[in-house]
Amino acid sequence: MFLFNAMELITPNIGLVFWTTVIFVIFWFFVGKFAFKPVANAIKSREDSIEKALASAEKAKEEMQKLQADNQAAVRQAQQEASEILKEARELKASIESKAQEKAKDEANKIIADARLEIQKQKESALLEVKQEVSKLAVQIAEKVLEKELSDNKGQQELIADLIKKLN
Amino acid sequence: MFSALRVTFLTLILTLSLGSYNYIYSQENEVADDSVLVDDAKEIVDVETVNHDDPIEAIFHHVTDANEIQVWGDIVFPLPVIVRKADGSWSTGISSQYVDGKDGLVLSHGHIVNVETHSKDGLMDFSITKNVFMMILSVIVLSYLFLGVKNAYTKRGVTSAPKGFQSLIEPVFIFLRDDFIEPNLGKYTDKFSPYIYSVFFFILINNLFGLIPFFPFGANLSGNIAFTMTLAVLTLIITNVSGSKSYWSHIIAMPGVPKALWLLLTPLELLGILTKPFALMIRLFANITAGHFIVLSLTSLIFILGSNGASIGGAIGGTAVAVPFVLFMNALELLVAFLQAYIFALLSAIFIGLAVVEEH
Repeated sequence: MFLFNAMELITPNIGLVFWTTVIFVIFWFFVGKFAFKPVANAIKSREDSIEKALASAEKAKEEMQKLQADNQAAVRQAQQEASEILKEARELKASIESKAQEKAKDEANKIIADARLEIQKQKESALLEVKQEVSKLAVQIAEKVLEKELSDNKGQQELIADLIKKLN
Repeated sequence: MFSALRVTFLTLILTLSLGSYNYIYSQENEVADDSVLVDDAKEIVDVETVNHDDPIEAIFHHVTDANEIQVWGDIVFPLPVIVRKADGSWSTGISSQYVDGKDGLVLSHGHIVNVETHSKDGLMDFSITKNVFMMILSVIVLSYLFLGVKNAYTKRGVTSAPKGFQSLIEPVFIFLRDDFIEPNLGKYTDKFSPYIYSVFFFILINNLFGLIPFFPFGANLSGNIAFTMTLAVLTLIITNVSGSKSYWSHIIAMPGVPKALWLLLTPLELLGILTKPFALMIRLFANITAGHFIVLSLTSLIFILGSNGASIGGAIGGTAVAVPFVLFMNALELLVAFLQAYIFALLSAIFIGLAVVEEH
């Protein structure tokens, strides 16, 4: 009985072969065509779209990084420019200040020098005037003195004449 | 929560499998008693020699095909019968009509046999048997599921995330494609992948249905040699029909091999054409059938130790031993169900891939 059963187990039944062939082939063509193929294609296109999305995201990220780097560079440049401008302004200010100081000093010096010159002139002219005045006064004094004395002394008149000569 | 559910489910399956087994036993006895009524010397001899404490009979009953499906105990689901008799005439009907004999045929032990010889000799049974019934069911289920998945793609587009069964199938599809379909078939992927997917899911669902022990599942279809042979032959046909020039030249006249060696190698290679699908056929058949055998044998422990109902203590002891082992085996069979479907599809892809490749 066991042998009979075992033989039955390993003997293919024609009916089952027939039905398996029919059902499987129908299944293969029908489901293969209307389900497996479209599903495989859909999965493929899904993968493609995911890949594309990932690639574009990567690209966007790169672009953003580039943009950020650009921005940073621009900021740095602007900062540099600003500091340069400031530095220049400071230098300019310093130079203007120093120039102004120098100029002021020169002016002052000039004014002082002029003043000195003027003073000298005034002094000289004052002295001249004083001299003239003094000489006038002296002459007048002398005139007065002489008017009194010359009338009586001839020698003294000569002396006076001599003095006047020297004075001139 | 999840694991509790799983344990409950497994316990339910186990209980049902033990229960149905018990009924098979009782029915075995009954059918045998009924068949005494058929006036047939051979059957009487059978009844005398068959030891009903011997589980082999019941196990074979379970793993072989049948013309009816046992639902529960005496309740059977009758199936259409289409039989070509030895004289060339056809007999068609419903299996329940054959219980008391019809057209010289009778339903015995769930099988349509000749009344006279009490065997299937000379009969060609094209009936919608238990296996065919489950196969049709599996194809309907698969078609429904996969057309649903396909509709999900067309309806929701490829840019939205998969949902429900679609999200279960997508990783499987990608795994199969990336794991062995594309590496083996290369540019022929689109041409042959529907066959590989069909084979994989067809075998897988029938492996799984075969593990469910209650109606209308539980038929040992993928462990039936006719089923595995058909699929193996299909792989054989596809492999050789699509074989390239280089494939044939490597079989008949290998380039770069001394001509004298062709005498030795060519017959071997020609034999190889057949041995590859033959291995496919045997592997699936043996693995699935062996799994069913082990589960049923372990379950039989309950009845052997319990002396078929006479010893309650023995039955309890047998249950204590059998339940953990059957549980383990069912878990293992679940793995085997996936593994064998995977291997069959993988080897089919490799064989076809080797045949279609042009030069290397």
